[in-house]
Amino acid sequence: MDYFLTEEQQMIVDVARQIANEKIIPQRAELDEKEEYPTDIIKTIAQADLSGLYIPEEYGGFGGGSFENILALEQFARGCIGVATVFAASALGIYPMIISGSSELKHKYLPDVASGKKTAAFALTEPDAGSDASGIQTTAVLDNDEWVLNGSKQWITNGGEANIYSVIAMTDRKKGARGATMFVVEDTDPGFSYGPKEKKLGIRASATRPLYFKDCRIPEDRIIGRVGTGFITVMKTLNISRPGIAILGVGLGQSALDVAVPYAKQRIQFGKPVISFQAVQHLLADMAIQIEAARALIYATAKYIDSKPKSISKVSAMCKTFATDMAMKVTTDAVQVLAGYGYMREYPVEKMMRDAKILQIYEGTNQIQRNVIGQELNKEYSRN
Amino acid sequence: MKIIVCVKQVPDTKDVRLDPKTNTLSREGVESIMNPFDRHALEEAVRLKEQYGGTVTVMSMGPPQAEEVLREAVSCGADEMVLVSDRAFAGADTWATSYTLAMAAKKIGIGDIILCGKQAIDGDTAQVGPGLAQRLDIPYVTYVKKIVDYSDGTMRLQRMMDDGHDEVEVTLPALFTVVKEINEPRIPSLKGKMKAKKLPVTALTAEDIGADPDCLGLKGSNTQVVRVFAPEFKGERSMLTGTVEEQVDQLVEKLNGLI
Repeated sequence: MDYFLTEEQQMIVDVARQIANEKIIPQRAELDEKEEYPTDIIKTIAQADLSGLYIPEEYGGFGGGSFENILALEQFARGCIGVATVFAASALGIYPMIISGSSELKHKYLPDVASGKKTAAFALTEPDAGSDASGIQTTAVLDNDEWVLNGSKQWITNGGEANIYSVIAMTDRKKGARGATMFVVEDTDPGFSYGPKEKKLGIRASATRPLYFKDCRIPEDRIIGRVGTGFITVMKTLNISRPGIAILGVGLGQSALDVAVPYAKQRIQFGKPVISFQAVQHLLADMAIQIEAARALIYATAKYIDSKPKSISKVSAMCKTFATDMAMKVTTDAVQVLAGYGYMREYPVEKMMRDAKILQIYEGTNQIQRNVIGQELNKEYSRN
Repeated sequence: MKIIVCVKQVPDTKDVRLDPKTNTLSREGVESIMNPFDRHALEEAVRLKEQYGGTVTVMSMGPPQAEEVLREAVSCGADEMVLVSDRAFAGADTWATSYTLAMAAKKIGIGDIILCGKQAIDGDTAQVGPGLAQRLDIPYVTYVKKIVDYSDGTMRLQRMMDDGHDEVEVTLPALFTVVKEINEPRIPSLKGKMKAKKLPVTALTAEDIGADPDCLGLKGSNTQVVRVFAPEFKGERSMLTGTVEEQVDQLVEKLNGLI
């Protein structure tokens, strides 16, 4: 379907599509098999000027909005959502600074991310704090003119690969959610270290590691926003980033359909291509409907976000839930269409199905997304 | 460092078919692409510019639609585009083409380095690069697979050979033709694409480059293609039968018959 992109937006799609076709798709099986971080693909993305797509122009970025970012992510995801996750997680790591950071922090960190010289990561989850972010144990104490961080973070995407980390820590536990504050930690800061790479079901091209802070000392001005505003920044960040995760589901679903339909056309059973059987046609039709519906919802939401409305948490959560549940269903059905071949690693759909599962889990489980939507509905209908 | 890259628009070989009736190349519905070897020449030029500074001018002789490959080259890092285009150039062989390109290069200034792909995938002659260098009276190195070093107007290069490579030193200005082993061409960048959209093309006609009309196009060509055809496969085969000894005897007899 034609979504009437501007000339500039079409160029973004074309460049990202070429990267997916020429760099990501030929490598994805090997990256998955070897669980290898896609260093050269990240370099290619930088060389193509896409690293700073969502970063304001004054900090060396392209100055694109949520929509431009989503257009690129969709193409990367069509290649491999492991690779796309590396890109998206870096954006997630830098959004807190774009949203709440001081001008000094932005000038210091954004240009290197925009040029692709550095990547970022977002450190929220801890062993005892996932969906319930109030369980955060990591602390930050001001000592003279330095913050001292202690604690650990778990399952941090780009952990150990990124140079810049947005880290949330408690500065006043008594205040609960209002006692959390966000900081920028650099990979070279004293007292910062990371653990071994996790072995995962899918998105194996992305690296996931625990982070450790042991009397990690950082300058006082590395604070993002003000003391006690950490949770607000986290929520604003996730509201913006969720359509970015949602679109990974669309790119992934599309790539599954792009394998399933040609296969169904050439696979002969009972003397006919299997696509001539209604049972298979209906599977494929449902895949196509779901993908297009998710795409339309996300594109509309991204444009809405770019109009800077007051509240986006409901629509953002709707995108994430719908598109990622869709991706799980569509990739599972793609394996079903390819049947025995689909289950074999020789074909790409088993990887797609393994990859899809994380989309329903990270950046807020889909159960938490439904909570958000439900709470927003409750608020909306209480106003009159 | 001023670098000129010569590029050619060619039909994508994935789609090329011969018309069985006329025995000519059927270009209908065939996509045009930048000659793949020229992409490597362009990439090397852009890398040299990034390392030593300067400009990259991309030049093509061809019909007006060859502008597409020039714009593609700008999206991959070239700074200027020159389209050498005139009806008078039609039907040129490598002799007339190298003459035309030489006149155009003189017109825009030959700079320090001219880079070409080792050959075009449609004609496969590999003659235009060396021909151009001869006409400009500058040294040239073909089949370059690596630029090793550059200092004080001298470039050290590796020329690919069947069994290894030669290391060659050459004084600039010079022309090099490159093989695909030299680099991996980059994907167009977003800023490059935006620049390519707006940048005006310098168009040069036969008159602009001060060419002698008798040296151009079909008229200026020493070779003419009489006929293009797909060779018919005429291999004959026969199976030898019998015991091993009998088969060997038959084989020896046949081989003797061939000598």
